[in-house]
Amino acid sequence: METLMSILVGILFAIGTYLILTKTLLRIILGTSILGHGVNLLIITMGGLKKGGPPLLGIKNLTYADSLPQALLLTAIVINFATTALFLVLSYRAYKVLGTDDTEQLRGTENE
Amino acid sequence: MSSWFHIMILIPFLFAIAVPYIYKQLTPRIHTGWFVLFIPVLIFVYLFAFIPQISKENTITATVPWIPAYNINFTTHIDGLSLIFGLLISGIGALVILYSIFYMSKHREALHNFYVYLLLFMGAMLGLVFSDNIVVLYVFWETTSVSSFLLIAYWYEREKSRYGAQKSMLITIFGGLAMLAGFIMLSMITDTYSIREMVSNAADIPSHSLFVPAMILILIGAFTKSAQFPFSIWLPDAMEAPTPISAYLHSATMVKAGIYLVARLTPIFGGAAEWFWLVSGVGIITLLYGSVNAVRQTDLKALLAYSTISQLGLIMSLLGLGSASLYYGVGNDSSVYAVAIFAAIFHLVNHSTFKGCLFMVVGIIDHETGTRDIRRLGGLMHLMPISFTLTVIGSFAMAGLPPFNGFLSKEMFFTAVLNVSNMSVFNADAIGLAIPVIAWIASVFTFVYSMILVFKTFRGKNKPEKLGRDVHEAPIGMLISPLVLGSLVMVIFFFPNVLSDYLLNPALHAVLPTLADAGELNVKISAWHGWNTELFMTLGVIGLGALLYIYLKKWYRIYHLYPDNFTLNNMYNLGLEKMESSSKFITERYMTGFLRDYLVYIFSFIILVVGGAMWLFDGFSFDPSSDAPANFFELGLMFAMIITAITVLFSKTRLTAIVAVGALGFLVSFFFVLFRAPDLALTQLVVETVTTALFLLCFYHLPQMKKEISRVRFKAVNAFISIGVGVLVTIVALAANGNRLFESISSFYENSYELAGAKNIVNAILVDFRGFDTMLEILVLTVAGLGVYTLIKLRPRRDRNEGAE
Repeated sequence: METLMSILVGILFAIGTYLILTKTLLRIILGTSILGHGVNLLIITMGGLKKGGPPLLGIKNLTYADSLPQALLLTAIVINFATTALFLVLSYRAYKVLGTDDTEQLRGTENE
Repeated sequence: MSSWFHIMILIPFLFAIAVPYIYKQLTPRIHTGWFVLFIPVLIFVYLFAFIPQISKENTITATVPWIPAYNINFTTHIDGLSLIFGLLISGIGALVILYSIFYMSKHREALHNFYVYLLLFMGAMLGLVFSDNIVVLYVFWETTSVSSFLLIAYWYEREKSRYGAQKSMLITIFGGLAMLAGFIMLSMITDTYSIREMVSNAADIPSHSLFVPAMILILIGAFTKSAQFPFSIWLPDAMEAPTPISAYLHSATMVKAGIYLVARLTPIFGGAAEWFWLVSGVGIITLLYGSVNAVRQTDLKALLAYSTISQLGLIMSLLGLGSASLYYGVGNDSSVYAVAIFAAIFHLVNHSTFKGCLFMVVGIIDHETGTRDIRRLGGLMHLMPISFTLTVIGSFAMAGLPPFNGFLSKEMFFTAVLNVSNMSVFNADAIGLAIPVIAWIASVFTFVYSMILVFKTFRGKNKPEKLGRDVHEAPIGMLISPLVLGSLVMVIFFFPNVLSDYLLNPALHAVLPTLADAGELNVKISAWHGWNTELFMTLGVIGLGALLYIYLKKWYRIYHLYPDNFTLNNMYNLGLEKMESSSKFITERYMTGFLRDYLVYIFSFIILVVGGAMWLFDGFSFDPSSDAPANFFELGLMFAMIITAITVLFSKTRLTAIVAVGALGFLVSFFFVLFRAPDLALTQLVVETVTTALFLLCFYHLPQMKKEISRVRFKAVNAFISIGVGVLVTIVALAANGNRLFESISSFYENSYELAGAKNIVNAILVDFRGFDTMLEILVLTVAGLGVYTLIKLRPRRDRNEGAE
């Protein structure tokens, strides 16, 4: 399972990176979103998969799944959401003000 | 006692803090200089009291720890050499400040800047000559460079000042850095930072393989500071500084720091052929270069600048020639060459007196007539009789005429170069004969420019129409300092042995400690020493020099024969220009302003570093034995994820892409369920819903996704890099998974119920164990929220007006 997950994460990273390298702002944002999913899956995979019950003390289990990656991820998901929202609004404003969503045309002017 | 000495070095720095307040409170009632004046006077008196002790061959050492862990301590060491420099720094410093009180207008000038920089310099220079630790010495060395930069750029609104300041900064700091490298090598050889300890182990140093590199690097530092050829070009441009500064830094003290360093390190490097040829060779070339160029100058200060270069070359060459005495070791021959070192120190003192005097007089001429151009000056003798007398004293001393102190040291210089022509070591027999000839030619040119200085300015026809104002003698306050220096020029001529006994011989002993211990050094100066070769050389200089001066107009044209393009200055300017343009060219190649290019650099770097490390250290290992089993349902989920991700990649419309990304997020939450993470699954579901909603909101505003039209190469590079990143992540994940080095630390949190009263471990970690992290996370959310709100709601006023129209 971990091996397969690693390959899946690799594919998500590749697709996310490719989208980030394109010129359209919307594609770049989608790329960061996919990259974020890849990172989340990578972290939880690294904690080891299906090694016990959910980390809830009320449920009688001999072992629990690793709780630390889960705590990290919870934070990561929320932060990811915040940055995605900011990105979206930023690109919306950039398009409104500058009239383009192409990063090639969004280069700074000389000596700015 | 010991701490007092350190305080003396620090006093200028400490008082510099007070200067701006004094300036603010008392300007324009009292000139700020009066308050600054007492600092160098105090230091001078304090140092003067050391003379009896030092003249009896005592030295005084005191240490204050600075970085004891690295053996770097602020150790001060007073011996004859450093005491002479200390007296020059404080003595001339006092005279210069007194002079500046009348030179710098208290109504117009930014005196607080001026005196802060000046005090900074004074403290740094004192620290430089009294430190025994080379690291401390280096710090003070660079501080003098910085303060010199600030002082040259004092009138920073003038372009030439800025140019001169930058030039001196670039050249002296370059030399300083080379010197630092040399110092580090030297400390590697000797395993100490203390100059005294190096000197006591001097015998073992020359055999080390770093000996010559260290020597060359340190000499680059000394040569740049002391304006030796070919680094001399910064000194004429440094004349943009106010004249008191030119007199103080750029003739009497700072430019002598290189001389000081060479003298100080002579016991370590002296005796080696490389040192002998480098120091005396560069010195003698500088002597000739400076004196020949001084003759062609029309600006009085430029003339003095070139003459300073030339005189510094003279002193430097004397130090080089004198280093031969260490080759001979203890014996009769060595004391013959030791005379050269003595002459160097003697001339150093003399130069400071007569050149300081001349600079101040030129400043007076500039102040009174408004120009320093020789072509516009003339006939000032009757208008400014005191200045005229002082110029005669200074110039004749510079030319090496009696009864002025320059005559004595010039004669000793001739003795030294004549000794070298008889020298049998260092392959000196062939070139050895050339040295006296070059020295003599340079002396002739020195005579010529000294005469230009006196007679072109003060004799001839007065040209009031070119000056446009009435010229009269300077106020008495301005004349005090040059008068003191001028009278010193005469006093030293008549009583040279007082100076010699109390200061010069102790300094000589500091430079040549091994010979001094053998009791072979005690030089006496005499003005009359019979009809010997030296005297005939001087007579020859006067004869030929006078002829050349009289027929100056006839041969002056040879200066125009030298092509302008090949001057050192042009090469410097061209080099600077080329460096700027080529660095701009290179920067513009990769700083494209295109976001994608920067990301390409970042991702390539990641691939290179992480992948390279994996490859170099053979880090890849693959061990699926402890993998959890995967069932059919999970495989289906993975397959679905890959399909949706690829859909995003190839989607033609915005809607498909956004929906596909949303689907991806929901699939991830399925995985969280499978991986026993209920909290994550819930959060992911909520967040994904909101994100998709947000995407759809913006979807309304963002333009239709165009098909990316770009070159094949652009796409190929992108594809290559993204596949590289993907493969790399997989490899790293597999390698990490196969090698679990540590047990998970999560068991630490399993007592969350006892400690935090929570049955949900993940929640306990977030809100209790790592509560602060969560608080900061909320802060990030808040900031992002504020950003979103501002970007949507707030408009620049222009926009709103447009909306209203």
